[in-house]
Amino acid sequence: MGYPHKPHDRETTVLSKYFGDAEAITLAGWKQRGGYAALEKALGMSPAEIVAVVKESGLRGRGGAGFPTGVKWSFMKLDDGKPHYLCCNADESEPGTFKDREIMRWTPHALIEGCAIGAYAIGAETCYIYIRGEFTEPIMRVEAALAEAYAAGILGTNAMGTGKTINIYVHRGAGAYICGEETALMNSIEGRRGNPRIKPPFPAVAGVFGQPTTINNVETLAAVPHIINNGGAWYKTFGRADNPRSTGTKLFSVCGNVQRPGNYEVPLGFPFKDFLYDLCGGPLPGRRFKAIIPGGISVPIQTVDEAEASLMDYEGFVEQGTMLGSGGVIVIDDAQNLVKQIARAARFFAHESCAQCTQCREGTSWTTRILERIVAGDGTAEDLDTLVDIADNMTGKTICVLSDSCAVPVMSGLQKFRGDFEALIKKKTVHMVPAVA
Amino acid sequence: MGGVEAPADAPHARHEGQHTPVFVGPRRAQLDELFTRYPTKRAALLPALWMVQHDRGWVSEAALAEVAEVLELTPAYVKGVVTFYTMYHQHPVGKHFIQVCTTSPCAVCGAEDVRDAFLRHTGCEELGVTSPDGKYTVIEVECLGACGFATPVMINEQFVESVTPEKVPDILAGLT
Repeated sequence: MGYPHKPHDRETTVLSKYFGDAEAITLAGWKQRGGYAALEKALGMSPAEIVAVVKESGLRGRGGAGFPTGVKWSFMKLDDGKPHYLCCNADESEPGTFKDREIMRWTPHALIEGCAIGAYAIGAETCYIYIRGEFTEPIMRVEAALAEAYAAGILGTNAMGTGKTINIYVHRGAGAYICGEETALMNSIEGRRGNPRIKPPFPAVAGVFGQPTTINNVETLAAVPHIINNGGAWYKTFGRADNPRSTGTKLFSVCGNVQRPGNYEVPLGFPFKDFLYDLCGGPLPGRRFKAIIPGGISVPIQTVDEAEASLMDYEGFVEQGTMLGSGGVIVIDDAQNLVKQIARAARFFAHESCAQCTQCREGTSWTTRILERIVAGDGTAEDLDTLVDIADNMTGKTICVLSDSCAVPVMSGLQKFRGDFEALIKKKTVHMVPAVA
Repeated sequence: MGGVEAPADAPHARHEGQHTPVFVGPRRAQLDELFTRYPTKRAALLPALWMVQHDRGWVSEAALAEVAEVLELTPAYVKGVVTFYTMYHQHPVGKHFIQVCTTSPCAVCGAEDVRDAFLRHTGCEELGVTSPDGKYTVIEVECLGACGFATPVMINEQFVESVTPEKVPDILAGLT
């Protein structure tokens, strides 16, 4: 199946196999498709064995940071006598990214199964799935699936008849991009403002409610049942042979000025050029790509040359001046005023700053005002230097990386598309030359 | 619970008169069940606020004080949380609360024209201002997480995908 269009021949559908298949949404339908076999198998294994399989698979976090999942799980000390928590990050709010939404809409039981396995592996009896408040349909689907799973005895105080306790609850967010940052997410679950916390302590030491906590993205957890069923070695077969650091398949969300926007699942290391032109259908009629942001709005903008030379994995994108991020591909064509779009991105960050740190609270706002002034035709040549100076002061100096994320499109835009900025400023200068008498 | 629920039967209160408690009867029972999910009462704050907004349409000062009372928090603390999250209404809004995504991925697909079409056809004219008939409030929202379906618009708890300016009159006509 596929959604919103049928899978392309070159896709590898592991996570997205049942997108668009209404029967897969229900427990009965999910079981018919092999659902919960992995949880049953996992509950018969020791937590250490599960962690070892996930480590072997090479699975890395799909939310943006790319931290190895098995290693993260191994930080949880099972014999510390403290309650442990698993938090599933379903806040999906990075502009350009809409993959977790489809996982939750079409395969909510895949997520629940992954959460249950993850909770057991880290010694947690409670898992909170933190879903952004705007995702009403995913919330309803996951809530309905949880009700089915509890009724069937899959979850609860005697999960699958093993005597183990696994409780999973949905916690609805209420509109805040920053709550996708793991420590802000934990504050939000605790009933607090979504301000990120200073690390250390790291969540594995003192997370939600001050207890050892692991936070994993939806897509990461949804991949776990497949790894348990098929083994770590199987998962490693997806990816390019010359890069063992990026394994498995990955969902990429594609949006913007492109023929076929939507979600695509490919093995990591897939050629980005083929992806953009073959799978996604290339530019709109009569248009050419101008710039590509491959991993959500927080990663550096690529030129078309860089994008076409990229291999789609953690290392491949870094080699071409950007990052894999969350896999949210934003395509911008030659009909767009790129500086206006960078200004819009800055406005997003200014709106979403939690305002704890001065560099972020002031910097996002200053950056937005300067960029909007340039777009309005009132920019000066000094403005570009000021932008660089502000961006420098916003990078690496705050509690979380929202501030850095605002500086990224500005800096990469200035480095790679400086002419676009200068043209807007020049236009204004020409405009202001007084008429000769 | 404290999640997404079917629309309330009773019309939402337009003005703050005598506050009728929210957390009585079944709502109180739901709140008590919520307490079993978390090790602290404070953690039930976001879901409790969702319940208030569902039943009353917004979070009034009096409702905020009631939430503080039942969760053993102070009103100032609850207000600090309410004001942090953009989805809680601190004043009454139109019957149809329309959020148009205009963040970069939608902006490159013409979202600003969609926003303007909603402002024009609802009679709101200005973002955040409720139309004179009380039916509509239109705001811009930052990234709805449906970028491949530009322009997504959220109307109360419903998503409408792939909205273009031409579709706006029909979408509005379909609202009840």
